[in-house]
Amino acid sequence: MSGSHDVDIDKHVRVYITVFVSLMVLTLITVAVGYLHLPVGPAVAVALLIASIKGGLVACYFMHLISERKLIYYVLLSTILLFIVLLLVPLFTVANGTMIKHP
Amino acid sequence: MEIPYTVAAREDTGLNNGKIGIWLFLASEVMLFGALFASYILLRVGSVEWPHGYTILNVPLATFNTIVLISSSVTMVMAWASLMRRRLGTFRLYQGATVALGGVFLVVKYFEYSAKFHHELFPSTNNFLGIYFTLTGLHMLHVIGGMVVNAWLLGPGSKLYATNPEWFTNRVENSGLFWHFVDLVWIFLFPTLYLL
Repeated sequence: MSGSHDVDIDKHVRVYITVFVSLMVLTLITVAVGYLHLPVGPAVAVALLIASIKGGLVACYFMHLISERKLIYYVLLSTILLFIVLLLVPLFTVANGTMIKHP
Repeated sequence: MEIPYTVAAREDTGLNNGKIGIWLFLASEVMLFGALFASYILLRVGSVEWPHGYTILNVPLATFNTIVLISSSVTMVMAWASLMRRRLGTFRLYQGATVALGGVFLVVKYFEYSAKFHHELFPSTNNFLGIYFTLTGLHMLHVIGGMVVNAWLLGPGSKLYATNPEWFTNRVENSGLFWHFVDLVWIFLFPTLYLL
């Protein structure tokens, strides 16, 4: 392989190590916050925020989404939209009062 | 007959077919796990009482497993980087570590499940355990599937490297995309089930 290509991969590897350390730190923060036993609302918000940051790091750098082709972005965008619909359906069901009421 | 676009990118998509295939597959996986996450929300919001995961589940073990899975994602991407540098020996080390870490994850999960069964906590015990076993069980099947593919690429599948290293590198990248997705799902499962 050419020298410049190796230097390019070296840069990638440095990024992977940085992301790895960040993921470890964020995991420890997640667990530490978990032990605080916050009320459900803030606990969900914090846990999902940290998980989203971690997921974003994995997707962007390990899965190379940060430098991917447009077609992949379109596929993922449509998936995310459908995923949001999927999550909202049960919430609308609850908000609509169609959920079984407990005595 | 030669399979087209295993290495070269198609003119219309700008990608090789393997890459498009794995991303479409991952999109379907997002919907699969999404449906189960939606089920989790529905069950939790609709229940009178919902236990905190940390009162039933083993948080230190799950934290350890999170670290194991994140580490395996790094070794996976390092295996791909090694192939990009055309270093087959280093690739084998990282790929072997990835498979081994997947094995560690499964062993820890075995102990977790065994402890639950020992205390007579089954999927049928309550809705929390029902969705816990469904989500983690499905995730575990994905870990096993990923390990099988990664082990094959480490063993017999690596013969391709001698004749077509670019194609082999693409295969490892695609199996890596799946493996990272498995890691990503766990990143959300861990706080949702164990910490909330």
